[in-house]
Amino acid sequence: MSEENEVITGIEVPIFLKYNFTAGASPTRFLARVKEGVLTGQRCPKCKQVYVPPRGACAGCGVPTEEEVELADKGTVQSFTIVSIPIPGNPIEPPFVVANLVPDGANISFIHLMSECDNADVHIGQRVQAVWKPEEEWDYAMDNIKYFKPIDEPDVPIEKIGKLPVTGLEG
Amino acid sequence: MANLAAVVGIGQTSYTTKRNDVSIAGLVREAAVNALNDADLTWDDIDAVILGKAPDMFEGIIMPEIYLTDALGCNGKPMLRVHTAGSVGGSTALVAASHVQSGTFKRVLTVSFEKQSESNAMWALSNPQPFSTHLNAGAGGYFAPIIREYIRRSGAPDDVGIKVAVKDRQHGARNPLAHLQLPEITMEEVSESFMLWDPIRYLESCPSSDGACAMVIANEELADRSSKPPAWIRGVAMRSEPTMYAGREEVNPQAGRDCAADVYKQAGISDPRKDLDVAEVYVPFSWYEPMWLENLGFAPEGEGWKLTMEGATSLLDGGDIPWNPSGGVLSSNPIGASGMIRFAEAARQVRNDAGEHQVPDAKLALGHAYGGGAQFFAMWVVGAEKA
Amino acid sequence: MKEIAIVGYQQSDCVSDAGALNEVELIIPVLGRIFEQVGITNAQDVDFVCSGSCDYLQGAAFAFVLGVDALGAVPPIKESHVEMDAAWALYESILKIRMGHADSALIYGFGKSSPGELPIVLSQQLDPYYLAPQWVDTISLAAMQARMMLDQGLITERDMAEVVARSRRNAINNPHAQLKGDVTADDILAEETYLSPLRRSDCCPVSDGASAVVICTVEKAKAWGKPYAVISGIDHIIESHNPGMRDLTDSVSTRKAAANAGMGDGKVDVAELYAPFSHQELILSRALGLSEDTTINPSGGVLAGNLMMASGLSRIGEVFNRIVAGDAERGVAHTTSGPCLQHNLVAVLDKGEVA
Repeated sequence: MSEENEVITGIEVPIFLKYNFTAGASPTRFLARVKEGVLTGQRCPKCKQVYVPPRGACAGCGVPTEEEVELADKGTVQSFTIVSIPIPGNPIEPPFVVANLVPDGANISFIHLMSECDNADVHIGQRVQAVWKPEEEWDYAMDNIKYFKPIDEPDVPIEKIGKLPVTGLEG
Repeated sequence: MANLAAVVGIGQTSYTTKRNDVSIAGLVREAAVNALNDADLTWDDIDAVILGKAPDMFEGIIMPEIYLTDALGCNGKPMLRVHTAGSVGGSTALVAASHVQSGTFKRVLTVSFEKQSESNAMWALSNPQPFSTHLNAGAGGYFAPIIREYIRRSGAPDDVGIKVAVKDRQHGARNPLAHLQLPEITMEEVSESFMLWDPIRYLESCPSSDGACAMVIANEELADRSSKPPAWIRGVAMRSEPTMYAGREEVNPQAGRDCAADVYKQAGISDPRKDLDVAEVYVPFSWYEPMWLENLGFAPEGEGWKLTMEGATSLLDGGDIPWNPSGGVLSSNPIGASGMIRFAEAARQVRNDAGEHQVPDAKLALGHAYGGGAQFFAMWVVGAEKA
Repeated sequence: MKEIAIVGYQQSDCVSDAGALNEVELIIPVLGRIFEQVGITNAQDVDFVCSGSCDYLQGAAFAFVLGVDALGAVPPIKESHVEMDAAWALYESILKIRMGHADSALIYGFGKSSPGELPIVLSQQLDPYYLAPQWVDTISLAAMQARMMLDQGLITERDMAEVVARSRRNAINNPHAQLKGDVTADDILAEETYLSPLRRSDCCPVSDGASAVVICTVEKAKAWGKPYAVISGIDHIIESHNPGMRDLTDSVSTRKAAANAGMGDGKVDVAELYAPFSHQELILSRALGLSEDTTINPSGGVLAGNLMMASGLSRIGEVFNRIVAGDAERGVAHTTSGPCLQHNLVAVLDKGEVA
């Protein structure tokens, strides 16, 4: 190689592929209700546990979930992290709290944001409630819920997290 | 009964952020040639190639084994491509071993790699999908809440993770192939490093690396004749469970416990801390050392952190059961290869060929990998002796 | 070495668009049917599970992780995955049984190709430095291969049309086929060319769906009391990736794999060949040396419906079906991967003893 030639160590090859994304039949039913401002789960016919968001099967039993169950938009912090770096493609400003939340009436957590709180006060067992976007902005998306905020209810004992009925603590 | 098989050659690349000096084909070939040289063999001695790597989106090439066959001398031979998420390097070694343990092949080459610098792995791990909230800040964001729950349950002091981060980098400084070379690292430095995903700090996380690892696995007859001491495969196990199901134990997953019990039984291990001399365990975030110490039965539940704090897992402190003397995933992490590096480093130890990070007189070693939401497990036990 | 048998095979309908269904929803019904066929409850009743899928078909990483949701994998199971057609998952499972770590295995493959443009998506499996940046799609590569065959006088366009017509007619009896009908070669030849020299009918359709197979030791098959076929041989071989380095008019690896699998040890009553393009079926049947005595692709083959990542497994399943139905005593199943038949697997199946 002559010395004038620059050494090539790489080339940029951008790859663009277009997909028509489908949610799945079960998630479709869930998203249709989220568009109406209602959280729903699906109950496993075998173990009776309620999944949210439903993905089509009880992963534990490997059977389809059909029965739809309406859930509260209140829930409990199962665990959380405080994220100090930005998420690619997400405008949210760090540091922010990402929590594993179990809505009342479900037996499994999903991930969502927590806000209107002091990050240092967030803790496992804490009670929270959804803060929804204005109704006119609702779409087929979990982002209809802007975030969850702490509410003035007593903490849930560890052993009861993920086991509360839809009526919450009083139930 | 499975046929006896052994590792007779090991080859690795050096690990670094960007291997700009080689293509993907050049990277895997470098590891493969190193393994062949270590085994004193040539391409013609290989009957089949088993390739592993994490999701294809990490490099943006679909089924890369199709194009890598030429670089891996596989034309005219069988090629198999394994993908089991982060555990893939370990699973690939197990699938390669099964080619020999089944009596189907005499000698095979297995290679795992990741060239993360060629694409954006964090994007590929959590590429935004419609309908769902896009909050998965990579693997750290996923595992941080699980670590938090471990800390709550065990009551472990805050500096356990820091201690692991220091220990594995001190180990890594003895391994010339390791990506991070931080011989002077201190507890203060780790504790003051940026908190990325509370409770995970920057220096408590694995780096993002380019690299490849390869092994030659041979049957008993050929291994008996190998030029360097073989590492005999004494037990192999895999387990999987779903990512999310109601009531799932995420801190101490059953799949990990079952997998360990299976591999120990095959290797005749009743007390892993006592019976094993060394372990190479997949610890991408520092707190996973105490968590896996418990999951793998080295300590009772809730007490894994005590081994770490006592220095039991430190080679430099003369601990009785060094974990990750190579520096582990915390020192080098080419994702698809990371599991195989654990398996290969375990084999290096029992071949008494681990250089500056050799555990004295290591005779029996555990190689471990996990992946997905800590739901896919692959393990093997290798020994200096056949039984 | 242990004798290994196939005891079950199920496949979903090949459909051009499975609509809203996701991976789990595609897999679950197929698994439900195979569990019923074999007489077991779920994946807990086999010793090993292995699947084949490809993330890029749908454009989401870790497609196979969702697949695990369909298995009932609590308590945890022995499970693995190949980013290949599930025929190679079957191969991995055979090794597991031969080494004595399993007596039975469930294998499944699934693909939802409809969300993307499959030929374009698959162009990204080519050499990333020299070929992929040119976006050569799989149909164009196959068209070049067909052109070489035509120009060398190895086949005629009528030969290709005959392959398509037979596929369409055979598929009439396959309830899962996507394309079927009483079609003649003249009907096919009347079509305009699509990517010269290929007509649309020379190319397999894009299909969504899944298939599954259960294998086990012959002793276990007898214990289960199910009709079975014995996998008497299996081998696979990959060739150079560079299309210019191979004779594209032949399939050397198919011929060699078939010899290694012991195909020549007896008469072949039936062959299911994974030929996504009509001319490739001619290459394959010649490489295998098949005569008039062999019924080729009685299911219609993949020209009648192509479940990416499952079609190879289905070829093995279709031969199993012919054998247990009593239509054949011995058969050959073939699977391919990569551009222009780069990587080929051949399995030989024999009739088992009457249960």
